[in-house]
This record gives sequence, C-alpha cells and structure tokens, in this order.
Amino acid sequence: MSEKKFSKKHEWVSLEGDIATVGITKHATEMLGDIVFVEVPDAGKSIEKEGQAAVVESTKAASDVYSPISGEVTEGNKAIADDPGSVNGDPEGASWFFKLKIKDKGELDSLMSKDEYDKFCKENPN
Amino acid sequence: MGVQKTALYDLHKSLGAKFVPFAGYEMPIQYRDGIVKEHISTRTHAGFFDVSHMGQFFLEGDETLEEALEKIIPSDLKSLKLNHSKYSFLLNDNGGIIDDLIVTKTNKGFCIILNAACKENDIKHISKFLDKNHNYFLNNDLSLIALQGPKSVDILEKLIPGVSELKFMTGNNFSYDSESLYITRSGYTGEDGFEISISNKKVKNLIDFLIKNGVKPIGLGARDTLRLEAGLCLYGHDLNEKINPIEANLKWAIAKKRKETGGFNGWNKIKNLLTNGSEKIRVGIKPEGKVIARENTKIYSSNGEEIGFVTSGTFGPSVNRPVAMGYIKSEFSEIGTQIQLEVRGKKHGGKVSELPFYKKSYVK
Repeated sequence: MSEKKFSKKHEWVSLEGDIATVGITKHATEMLGDIVFVEVPDAGKSIEKEGQAAVVESTKAASDVYSPISGEVTEGNKAIADDPGSVNGDPEGASWFFKLKIKDKGELDSLMSKDEYDKFCKENPN
Repeated sequence: MGVQKTALYDLHKSLGAKFVPFAGYEMPIQYRDGIVKEHISTRTHAGFFDVSHMGQFFLEGDETLEEALEKIIPSDLKSLKLNHSKYSFLLNDNGGIIDDLIVTKTNKGFCIILNAACKENDIKHISKFLDKNHNYFLNNDLSLIALQGPKSVDILEKLIPGVSELKFMTGNNFSYDSESLYITRSGYTGEDGFEISISNKKVKNLIDFLIKNGVKPIGLGARDTLRLEAGLCLYGHDLNEKINPIEANLKWAIAKKRKETGGFNGWNKIKNLLTNGSEKIRVGIKPEGKVIARENTKIYSSNGEEIGFVTSGTFGPSVNRPVAMGYIKSEFSEIGTQIQLEVRGKKHGGKVSELPFYKKSYVK
C-alpha cells in the first residue's frame, strides 16, 4: 500500500494498484467522541472527489464522510457498520470505511502528507 | 452580556473538559473519558454534574404568594409540605409551557429551579403575578451540583450525615464546612441521587471530596443521553411555549386538585384536552437497527402518511440501542405501533415505545 494521504476534512486514503482505501483519521475520531453509528456506501456507487460517501455519528451528532478521491466503490466495510465503536479503536487501520476503484491518480496530489496533515490539525484544532 | 462561567470553570478545565456555549455559559460537554464512559459510570457508580447555570430562584411572602404562583404553576402549592418538591411548569395563557421546573417549599416560601436558557424570561413572567407582599431573587452566589448514581448516597452520607434519610423529591438544610447548604434527593438521570445547593466559595471543597471518593465528572453530553434513556424532557427540544402539558404526556404533573378546580393559565384549553384528548402526544420511539433518529426527523405511518416528528434522539449507552422521543398524532400513539423514520432521505422502521427506556427505582 502507498503512504497515506490526508484531506482537510479528516479522511485518509491509501492506494494499492488502482484501488484506494478510505477512512477517517484518528484526529477525527477524537473530535467526534464515541462513535455509535456508521453507514458505508454499497459496491457499485460512483463517488466524485469531495462528494458525500458515508456517515458517521457520535452520541452528539451526525457527520458526513467525504471521499478524498473520485471512483467507483468496490466495497463498504460492513464490520464497522455492525460495530461502530470499533472505529474509535483503529480508525487508520482495520476500521477503514470503503474501497474505491479510482479514475485519476493525479487527484492524490492535492492531498496532504502525514506531516502536513499533523501541522494542519495543530493550526485548526477544531 | 459576555459568556458566563460557573465557579467551577477552572476545575473543569483541569479535568480535561471540552467546553461548549450553552445558554450563555461555557459548559463542559464532556471530559477525558467521553460521553459513553461518563454515562455508564453514572449508572454503575456515581457522577457529578455542575448545573450551576440553572436558575436558583427564591420567592418569599405571606399566604398570598401561593395563590399568586398557582395562577402560573399547576401544582397544589397550598398543600405542598415543607421541604417537599414537585416537578411542574410555568404556563402561558394558552397552556403552553414557558419552562419546566422543580418547585420546593421552603421556610420562607418557595425555591424554584429554572432552566438556564429560560431563567431571565421566566422571572419577568413570574414577577407579573406578584405584588408588594412578595420578594423574589435569583441567587447567583450559589452553585448547584447534581450527584447521581447508585453509590451517591453512601458517598455523600460520609461527608454530610443524614442525607441518606431524604426520600425522593424531598430536601433539607444540612451543615458542611461551617456553612448551611440545601440538599434535595432528585435528579435528571433516572438514577438515585442528590442536587446540592452550595455557595460558590465552598463548592470546590465539595467537588474535591467527591473526586477523592471516585465520583467522575459528567458533562452535558452524558447528561443528555442519561435523561433521554430516563424518558425526561429537555426544554427547548421536547417542550416549548407551543406545547401544553397534555400534549407533552405530562398530565401526571398537574396536581389532581388543580385538574378539578383549574384556576391557572390556559385552564380552559387544558380542561378541554383532559376531557377530549389532544391531537398529538409525546411518545418514546425505538428505531429499528442502529440508525439514530435525531431531532426533526420526520415520522410516517406504515402507510406513508406523515404523522409527527422527533424532538430528541441519540444512542442510549445503557440500553445499547438508539432511542428517541417525539410528537405523533394521537391515533398512532399506542405502544408497539409500527412507524417509519426518515433519516437522510431514507425511511427506516421503528416502533412507538413506552417511556422510560431505562428503569430504575427511586428511594421512596
């Protein structure tokens, strides 16, 4: 898998061939608090870069998860829909949200590296 | 007026609180543990809540005070015994709920606990019904701490002997740290517990004692999930000026005598509704599966007719499922009625449920 890239909306993406895996960052889960509901997209759904792709809810509120890259969904992670709390445990690993067959690898260039993202979070704590 | 802070603001900060603006105050929404752990520790052990933003409103006066207050509060205040409390409301001319409250009979008159967001407006409203024989004041020198959960009684008894003898919805004066304080056995979580009215100067000592005894700080986030599991209303969400106590399914809170004799704001309307029932009524709702039906979610009948809306909805950590309350056309209010909830454009199944979702017995 490629190194993770990060969006300003706190999603991460990593690439293997032309399949991207997308999830939400640890920072995002810390801001959200206890996650109690997750809705992931079905295979076959086409999603544009920055388009609404999934939903994550904490006890406090519902938030949309956007896709940092365009493509067609190949798989939603049913395991996190069944056990939403697991997202708090391993958001940047086992608790990915969905996989996409991407169209344009070049879209990754606009995303941040890990260091850039950490800096972004420090400058935008909320 | 700038943002206000309670006397415990710095302490909350030191406990890792995340703050949110609430009713003009900076209040902790959660601490380091997070909402679910805070919720569970309240249900299984004990938690404390800083609710000092709520109004502690004192009224004093002669026997005409009860008469005056009974025009806007449908409780039997004339029969209310010393140190006994009742849940009630302030009503407008249409019987709409201006605020919900707890009124306690004191030596000199009454103490009323008002919602933070409503307190200024409430006092304006109440004062219109008072005259020169009555004094009233909002005491901002007092903090209010709720101690809730099954271990509350043993912990507080160690510090303040005698509190274990209080029955649910009664209170008394106690002495602590060479000062008098007022404690009631009450709360907003569905658990046994106390609300402690204590001076801003001494409140930190009390909290230090509670923390040393393993009581966790609990923020507004868990306060909301706890009260919703207990089926209790949140003003501004489940109740407002356009909703009356009959619609709110709170007719139990109108005193029996007052239901017969009336004489309070909105009586004509409420009398009619007591006889004929209301068009809509507050019910509990259990969504199917894991979907959370939050405030303003539209409710449909199984035939697709729009029949109501959700006023509070979240995930209930102790019942381990989503729970909600809302208003529904009365003909659909029977427990178990199948409904549909529209969440993000999709309809999900659900059922009308009894309240509370979580049951615990109070000490009576």
